[in-house]
Amino acid sequence: MTAPWAAGEDPKVYPIARSGDLVHIRQAIRALAQQSRLSLVDQTKMITAASELARNTLIYGGGGKVTAGLVSANGRRGVAAVFEDSGPGIPDVDQAMTDGWTSGGGLGLGLSGARRLVDDFRLDTAPGEGTTVSITKWAR
Amino acid sequence: MAKRDNAADLVGLLSVEGQDLAAAWVREVSASLGSRVGTAELDRELRELYDALVDALQQGATDVHAEQMSEVRALLTELSRNRARQGFSPTETAISVFALKRVLEPVLQEGSGDETRAYLELGRVLDGLGLFTIESYSQTRDEIITAQAEQLLELSTPVVRLWDGVIAVPLVGTLDSARTQVVMEKLLQALVDTGSEQAIIDITGVPAVDTQVAQHLLKTIVAARLMGAECTVSGISPQIAQTIVALGIEFDDIITKASLADALKLALRRSGVDLVAHEGVQR
Repeated sequence: MTAPWAAGEDPKVYPIARSGDLVHIRQAIRALAQQSRLSLVDQTKMITAASELARNTLIYGGGGKVTAGLVSANGRRGVAAVFEDSGPGIPDVDQAMTDGWTSGGGLGLGLSGARRLVDDFRLDTAPGEGTTVSITKWAR
Repeated sequence: MAKRDNAADLVGLLSVEGQDLAAAWVREVSASLGSRVGTAELDRELRELYDALVDALQQGATDVHAEQMSEVRALLTELSRNRARQGFSPTETAISVFALKRVLEPVLQEGSGDETRAYLELGRVLDGLGLFTIESYSQTRDEIITAQAEQLLELSTPVVRLWDGVIAVPLVGTLDSARTQVVMEKLLQALVDTGSEQAIIDITGVPAVDTQVAQHLLKTIVAARLMGAECTVSGISPQIAQTIVALGIEFDDIITKASLADALKLALRRSGVDLVAHEGVQR
């Protein structure tokens, strides 16, 4: 886990099993982003990144969970989310992070785009061992 | 033979005091439900159920899935459907069944060993019936939710005619695959029905545009183009514009406008309509 969860605010775990879950995750991230006083643009960026990654977890990872909560470090506050699945993993990370490359039918911008939308991005994966993506957006 | 005695015991337990038990049952249930169900209606429901239950037990039914219980099950299904539609909680629904156990409780103190055994036996049957009630309750709720989701899908995607030859779809909320499909179908059909050549997709009410939403939008626009219509996307807020840029989505050959008004102006100009402001008229 990358982010130090803010004291006194336990992160919550949300399942990702159906496409309806994505709506709940977006709403949860929106509430957290408002709570940590992210600007409207940053809120939208964080929500969009979470939406992309949650969909990847669902479609490519075969479902999983996301742990989302407030984080604080060096006097800054922010929102973090960790997406975990135990799917097939990503065999070629460089390829997966290339704009426009997709193994499915999407635009191929979800993973690479999500990285550009957030401040901290970390991808842990190995073939056959699932994928974990951690993202953080800090309030300015 | 033992089974018959058993059934007789159960029936005996329920009909010692005849109608009084059913009346006590109605009182118990109506106390927990308050005035939200009419006493007369409750009385009818529970007496029917009571009679059916006694009948079923007389025929030797031992659990809720027994064939003899089919009438009881039908009555319970109807009862829980009504409760679910009227907005009662699962507890309030199941209490209708479990209250009968409470009514029979005095037997435990006064009755013989056989009667206690019969009570436990009947308790098991009633537990099964209670669970059955909750199951059909949640089934009804699921049906209601599905129906509402479908209604929402229909409601949230109106196609409006703004001008001769100009139609618009104001999108509100999340755009998933199912909704985009509905939007696309409605838009394309409206293009044919109204003979329009200009379509405006307004996304003011869409909170976030991610790659899937963008892809759905692009597909819809391409489909409209294939039908000879020109599409404009309007209502792109500053934060959505910045998000789209950061994501790297290309809206290159698609005309976008900040507001629906701008999009309408453009659509009118393209269809050869001039808007003239008269001098001296206050706007």
